[in-house]
Amino acid sequence: MSALIELSWIVAKIVALVVPLFVAVAYMTYAERKVISSMQLRRGPNRVGWHGLLQPIADALKLLMKEVVLPQNANRFLFVLAPMLSIMPALAAWAVLPVGDGMVIADINAGLLYVLAMTSMGVYGIILAGWASNSKYALLGALRAGAQVVSYEIAMGFALVGVLMAAGSLNMSEIVRAQEGPIWNWFWLPLLPLFIVYWISGVAETNRLPFDVAEGESEIVAGFHVEYSGMAFAIFFLAEYANMILISGLAAIMFLGGWYSPFHGIPLLGPLFSWVPGLVWFALKVCFFLFLYIWFRGTFPRYRYDQIMRLGWKVLIPVTVVWLVVVAGMILAEIGPWFS
Amino acid sequence: MIEKVIFYVFAAILLLAATLVITSRNPVHSALALVLAFFTSAALWLLAEAEFLGIALILVYVGAVMVLFLFVVMMLDINLSVMREGFARYLPIGALVGVVMVLEMLLVIGAGVVDIGGPPVEAAGAAAEPNNIRMLGSVLYTVYVYPFELAAIVLLLAIIAAIMLTHRRRAGTKHQDISVQVRTRKADRLRVVQMPSERETDS
Amino acid sequence: MQAVKEFFGTFMLTELLKGMRLTGRHLFEAKYTLEYPEEKAPQSPRFRGLHALRRYPNGEERCIACKLCEAVCPALAITIESEAREDGTRRTTRYDIDLFKCIYCGFCEESCPVDSIVETRIHEYHFERRGEQIIHKDELLAMGEKYEAQLAEDRAADAPYR
Repeated sequence: MSALIELSWIVAKIVALVVPLFVAVAYMTYAERKVISSMQLRRGPNRVGWHGLLQPIADALKLLMKEVVLPQNANRFLFVLAPMLSIMPALAAWAVLPVGDGMVIADINAGLLYVLAMTSMGVYGIILAGWASNSKYALLGALRAGAQVVSYEIAMGFALVGVLMAAGSLNMSEIVRAQEGPIWNWFWLPLLPLFIVYWISGVAETNRLPFDVAEGESEIVAGFHVEYSGMAFAIFFLAEYANMILISGLAAIMFLGGWYSPFHGIPLLGPLFSWVPGLVWFALKVCFFLFLYIWFRGTFPRYRYDQIMRLGWKVLIPVTVVWLVVVAGMILAEIGPWFS
Repeated sequence: MIEKVIFYVFAAILLLAATLVITSRNPVHSALALVLAFFTSAALWLLAEAEFLGIALILVYVGAVMVLFLFVVMMLDINLSVMREGFARYLPIGALVGVVMVLEMLLVIGAGVVDIGGPPVEAAGAAAEPNNIRMLGSVLYTVYVYPFELAAIVLLLAIIAAIMLTHRRRAGTKHQDISVQVRTRKADRLRVVQMPSERETDS
Repeated sequence: MQAVKEFFGTFMLTELLKGMRLTGRHLFEAKYTLEYPEEKAPQSPRFRGLHALRRYPNGEERCIACKLCEAVCPALAITIESEAREDGTRRTTRYDIDLFKCIYCGFCEESCPVDSIVETRIHEYHFERRGEQIIHKDELLAMGEKYEAQLAEDRAADAPYR
């Protein structure tokens, strides 16, 4: 009986996390279209609802109504399985992300490793989608995406090694608590190069612009999901945006002090903002990173494929390795407010 | 009670996936079944509270090794009938290898009976520590530091060897040196020439 | 020295930040979008839209069936048949324009000696059935009657340049 209550409590927590996440994904697409159109001096969607606010709902309905077309000679089973394989890890990784003080589904000790493991699973959906749809563009896109995700995972993992060295824990809540204090106490300052490397590889990991050669409309039509339509396509879309929010959430937790207010512990300003719940600060930080995603998309042209690989292997990984040594030195010297 | 049920469910999935690896006709399906097998065994390790090992298994094997494996398998154009030809011929050798492996496993699992020396006392004492990873780290860098570093050097050697094998300059291929391309400045390639826009017509 | 400067410039991501500053500035600039059905871009008096056949103020149709427009039409969209009327003047019995063939070049309007065939400013029209894209003489005349004021004004505005 008590086990049943516990189980339903877990399910309730999952629902409380996943439903806002899906809404966030829907409105992320809206925000993206609005912000990019603003940067290009356009107005963006403004017909459905007030200022186009119902546009994502209309889009979702449209995709729901559409037929899922199975290409000829496609591998039926894997074709249907692939979208699920891509959304599953994107959602599963959220289990260990503390969105507020103690607001986490599973507070496990190996949280950081778990997140890395889950993000590395995401590549299967892409590869299988490419292979199962029996199309050359899809296969090319899948190969590019697979190689890119596997390469950037290393740079990202190394950047996070710096964080776990600084925090002395793999537990996500512990990592946030290690950054307790005002804005200059957070890890982004001592780990600035790692922060930048993490963010660049995070953008590459989610196959977003300027690293979106996996989709590359102008070269390989739309990459791994050319053959997908209707709800199957919507799930890929959902997975991509859920992954973006996940990477942003991780960045907020690892480098920007998770749920802490930027004025935490400052004599006058601190108490002034103490009424704001941690969840709000966390959401604000995530929004900041999501805006960066859109800003990058509006600014940078697509990288050439070999240059992406060079950036990952020859620039980002050496930078992280050098800075890991520096971080070790800083920890030994017990520098500043971070490591003392 | 529930843990036992979960264990048996995962164990059943694991056995099923392992069987699929060798019985499936499509090599991609085999590779995927292997992924499932890795994943379920990781889940079993999690059940045994070896969370670091479980997640590391997913991270290394599922996340990296099997992806590359899948790449290779997807690119191959395998003729299945040719592959099945030698099945009966190789069966005795395969069976022999299988039997040897089972015997070896029995030897390790039955270590209590045969007594090949248990784990060091320090490691056993550290089991009281609730944080699995901390315990693993402290054992790895104290008791087993030399084997650990040795393994690291062997791995480094393998990496350097692999890079040297693939990264030699081959004659007759055209390479783009990206560093040179990136370092190029406008002045290197573009020359702005000043000249009069009109000239006297020859009359 | 230059190499060192470039090296640090690369790692400071200065070029990327410059690009981001540019797009960031555009984010707050005034937008160029016209919200089409409510707002419309200004049209020139020379705008070439749907065709019309005009009449003289006394109600007599202008077209004299000279077939210059049929001859000049590069898309062969115009079909004209004609015969003499009771009063001895030549008039068209059939004047069809296939709007799918028409490329709206305006040659017919320029070739017309009596300013009969003209192009109006209408660019929002549609067909619902096959065959509707061929507009006949009576429809063209009706268009001319409906928009005569606008058409006359546009011709007058353009007259100095002809």
